[in-house]
Amino acid sequence: MGEEKKGFFARLKAGLAKTRNNIVHGIDQVFSGYSDIDNDFYEELEERLIMGDIGVNATSEIMERVRESVKTLQIKVPWQCKKLLINSIKEQMQVQETAYDFENKKSVIFVIGVNGVGKTTSVGKLAYNLKASGRKVLIAAADTYRAAANDQLREWANRAGVDMISSKEGTDPASVVFDAVSAAKARNVDVLICDTAGRLHNRKNLMEELKKMNRIIDREFPDAHRENLIVLDGTTGQNALVQAKEFGSVTDLTGIILTKLDGTAKGGIAVAIQSELKVPVKYIGVGEGIEDLQKFDSNAFVNALFEVQDGEFEED
Amino acid sequence: MAFESLSDKLQNVFKNLRAKGRLTEEDVKVALKEVKMALLEADVNFKVVKQFVKSVEERAIGQDVMSGLNPGQMVVKIVHEELISLMGSDTTEMKLAPGQQTTVIMMAGLQGAGKTTTTAKIAGKLKQKSKKPLLVACDIYRPAAIEQLHINGEKQGVDVFSMGTGHKPVDIAKAALEHASKNGHNVVILDTAGRLHIDEAMMAELQEIKACITVHQTLLVVDAMTGQDAVNVAKEFNEKVGVDGIVLSKMDGDTRGGAALSVKAVTGKPILFVGMGEKLSDLEQFYPDRMASRILGMGDVLTLIEKAAENIDIDEAKEKDMMSRMKKGKFDFEDYLESMKQMRNMGGLGSILGMLPGMGIKAADLENAIDEKQMKRTEAIVLSMTPAERKNPKLLNPSRKHRIAKGAGVDIAVVNRFIKQFEQSQKMMKQFSGMGKRGFGGFPGMGGRGGRKYF
Repeated sequence: MGEEKKGFFARLKAGLAKTRNNIVHGIDQVFSGYSDIDNDFYEELEERLIMGDIGVNATSEIMERVRESVKTLQIKVPWQCKKLLINSIKEQMQVQETAYDFENKKSVIFVIGVNGVGKTTSVGKLAYNLKASGRKVLIAAADTYRAAANDQLREWANRAGVDMISSKEGTDPASVVFDAVSAAKARNVDVLICDTAGRLHNRKNLMEELKKMNRIIDREFPDAHRENLIVLDGTTGQNALVQAKEFGSVTDLTGIILTKLDGTAKGGIAVAIQSELKVPVKYIGVGEGIEDLQKFDSNAFVNALFEVQDGEFEED
Repeated sequence: MAFESLSDKLQNVFKNLRAKGRLTEEDVKVALKEVKMALLEADVNFKVVKQFVKSVEERAIGQDVMSGLNPGQMVVKIVHEELISLMGSDTTEMKLAPGQQTTVIMMAGLQGAGKTTTTAKIAGKLKQKSKKPLLVACDIYRPAAIEQLHINGEKQGVDVFSMGTGHKPVDIAKAALEHASKNGHNVVILDTAGRLHIDEAMMAELQEIKACITVHQTLLVVDAMTGQDAVNVAKEFNEKVGVDGIVLSKMDGDTRGGAALSVKAVTGKPILFVGMGEKLSDLEQFYPDRMASRILGMGDVLTLIEKAAENIDIDEAKEKDMMSRMKKGKFDFEDYLESMKQMRNMGGLGSILGMLPGMGIKAADLENAIDEKQMKRTEAIVLSMTPAERKNPKLLNPSRKHRIAKGAGVDIAVVNRFIKQFEQSQKMMKQFSGMGKRGFGGFPGMGGRGGRKYF
């Protein structure tokens, strides 16, 4: 295992340290606290998952799978369920190999989400990552609403060392997107990242505005690979599912950036979204530093979440 | 969405039970199981839910079931009341320092909770109360946070104090206080950086501010969409820094906002404001009862329960009279109109049918089955009758029926059908007469409107 990989795991683990203490501590208690696999055991397991923001529905699904496996594999000891449970969630959270194809294509990354989830910060980090891997990156500052949003993004662009197209506060964000697409084509940019204003998904006209931007990219840059990433706050509860659904009805979501996983939040909502909407988490934000945006690794994520020791459950 | 599922579930659970006197342990357990799920789906913290459900269970067992409600609804009623009392029965006003003294308010919260926006909103509120607030930019970390505060302050017509990013927040706060006293500001609001509750260094920064200057109100801004983690955040901020009040932001979304309950339960501190939008004027008082309904996700049902509790606005004597005539099968079209009116007052037929004990009709089915248009049409028919005709349906001869049809704008066949159904239900009433117990709106059958098939 290479240096980089190790660094990543350590970082993620550190970021999720507190998370582990909460959810996992409880989970281990459940596994060791019961001598038989009975209804009480299942119920408590279920409760623990719900406490991790995994949600009632996704939890029931996971429990269903666990129960089935327990039956078919004739498992008798609660402890053995842990592996079952963890592997089941890992499998579910697996990111497809093609998930990051956009890195090597001419692409437009459209970053959307509600207010305050960390869109601008994520755009900055993403730009930095792509620039570091040798891509030519351009940022479009299409958040023309929030006071000083431009300044904030400009700062990130400077840190990442990439160019940015912006306009005055209050201009039509679609025009910024239009300008940025033209600039991206003229400058032969590899990846154009569009930051958008935070908007609540139940605001119809703001969602229409997103559609408009989306149409402009489609029309002006039809051969670009499209990547529509929704940014979700890792501390958000079940409403994140609604957000993903609503934003998904405006653009085809290709992935999730799950932010703020450096607190005590469990990020379990990602499991719920994967389970119900099949939108994969592609990146996670584990800190405020510019390098603190990581590609999602289901193995590492679930391991860290459940405090699985390295090698405890090596895949067969 | 959530509302339907919960009331549907309750409906299904209790469809075989007739209204009965007291809540049994079994009733309560079954209903609370659904309530528990609803609360969890609303993101109320699991531990809070567990505790809450337990206390409701103790209170509910053995309670009388109000007439008009089924046991499940009775439990929901109790749950709702408990939710309100848990969240503080009244709206709480933010306390300002007495007299001419300068009030210092410190905003705190996680990143992205909406502190800077809320800061400006509160300043606007205070300005309306003829205070002279000063906003202080203590967020020296987030790029452009200071600019954001300046722009918002300008929009609100409120002064903003900043010293760039080169000073410690505590020094900025101290300098701001001096600035305030020189310039006659009587409220100082410190906008601090977003921080994680587990970030010791950052939490120490807030402690330092509090240690060096007198902070009258520390407000914790919490995103209403926060999930299970809300308790940890609130607890840490309260323990490490001390919280005096809570602002719930982003309530204009469609989140059920269970975080409100969690935070309140953990800190015991009042929720002062709710942020309802991006505009700087969108800050409202907190109403515990509204929040309770929202968290429970059954707004409509709750309204109905309330109305049932108040008992439909019927004149007792009038009702008695109506009942006795009904028993004899002598009710007329006036009675019909009257009960229609009552139904409308209670929020439409669909919701009432869903409420009827033992009915076991799914809300979704009802929506399809009940044609409010149809009801309007039958009402128009009745209204097209003369008072004499309404009192005495026997008067209705073909020529009168023609006139009525014209008046109501329907075909004569529709009028005929309606009258026939009405007569049928009259007959049916007679058969029922022995058991004519006090019904919901007085008209157990409501048969006349051509809707019998729905029952």
